[in-house]
Amino acid sequence: MAIEGLARIVREQKMFAGLNEGFIELAAGCAKNVRFDADGYLFRTGEAADWLYLVRGGRVALEVVTPGRGAVQFLSLGAGEVVGISWLLPPFRWGYDARAVEPVRAVAMDARCLRDKCEADHDLGYAVLKRFLPVLVERLQATRLQMLDVYGAPR
Amino acid sequence: MDALNAVTAADLIADPMLPRQFRIAQVTREVPGVFTWTLKSLDRRGFGFQPGQFNMVWLPGVGEIPLSISGDCREPYTLVHTIRAVGPVTNMMQQARPGTVVGVRGPFGRPWPIEAAVGCDVIFVTSTVGLAPLRPLIVEVLHRRDDFGKVVICYGSRGTEDILFEADLHEWRARFDTNVHVTVHAAHSGYRGRVGGVAAAINIARIDGAATQAFVCRSEALTRQAVATLGERGVTGDRVWVTLERSMKCGIGLCGHCQFGPSFMCKDGPIYRFDQIEALYSVREL
Repeated sequence: MAIEGLARIVREQKMFAGLNEGFIELAAGCAKNVRFDADGYLFRTGEAADWLYLVRGGRVALEVVTPGRGAVQFLSLGAGEVVGISWLLPPFRWGYDARAVEPVRAVAMDARCLRDKCEADHDLGYAVLKRFLPVLVERLQATRLQMLDVYGAPR
Repeated sequence: MDALNAVTAADLIADPMLPRQFRIAQVTREVPGVFTWTLKSLDRRGFGFQPGQFNMVWLPGVGEIPLSISGDCREPYTLVHTIRAVGPVTNMMQQARPGTVVGVRGPFGRPWPIEAAVGCDVIFVTSTVGLAPLRPLIVEVLHRRDDFGKVVICYGSRGTEDILFEADLHEWRARFDTNVHVTVHAAHSGYRGRVGGVAAAINIARIDGAATQAFVCRSEALTRQAVATLGERGVTGDRVWVTLERSMKCGIGLCGHCQFGPSFMCKDGPIYRFDQIEALYSVREL
């Protein structure tokens, strides 16, 4: 019986939708299926950004630890969303914690592997960047609006 | 509308510049800085209004301000205003006790166009105190639930402590025919709900974008983002209804304080179809 690779699962991820088959195979070569129990950490602040995660099910909280307040969630992500952008650019370190709020299923992608393949094949690299940069921009825009705090106490 | 039928012609506005007297029957502290007045008229007549309309409410000796109505339009003998204390008048209103008599002129303005949504999916997009002007519409849609397709409520809050009408949100979420997505900007570590912007909630809403009417009540700075996200879901600007705020004074389009391009917001608004005012959105002077 043939063992099915991860190409089908990678292809189904919104982040890789529309990527040509050759690139899908290359990306799938860096992928594995993972699961995390509730309260398990996908990664923690300061750790090397060696993996990124495409959530297939469950919910992940992104948190920063603030003195006096403990861990504060600033974003939660669910199925179809990507956890981790910092793997794209130096210094390749996480700036926050990612914790499973409930059991999480995800496709984990080896960031070094993906970076190396992107470096070796700039067409792949450009295609991958075009998929991840909108996520970055979207989160930046959302952060700007959060910082406006239009509903906060008048100053 | 049935609710209006319950009110006689004499109950409707006689002189729009003449306030009717109402007594504060109840003050409810909703979340920090936000409170609700339940008002009863001294003349015991009903007060007919449609979802989305507002009143000019006068606290004697302090001032008169526009306030959207947050109650059920099918209960014309109970007038409900939910108020955020942000300025001199609303700060004084926050200190008013039950029994205080206030003046009310209204209702004014164009209501949410509920009939445009009959047969369609309906999505409500709002944040923090913006839920107050939408609440009468949500309640009316749920009264007439069979007239609509899917009903989705996307509500954003700054934190877990200032989720307005939390009991209502729980009640609506508990219905099998309504989807409620609540997001907060930040939360403690143990919070199990969604954290982030309302756009994320719109993205996961199960709607047929091409057959959806959207009703948006947010700060203007945030409305554009919501409209853009709705557009990505296939809800075009001709099916997006937004409410705006300006300095309403007379309420009947005479004084010009609330002029918004070619319209007076107090009588032509505060509800607008987005595609009809989109060009005005980028005019800073407005």
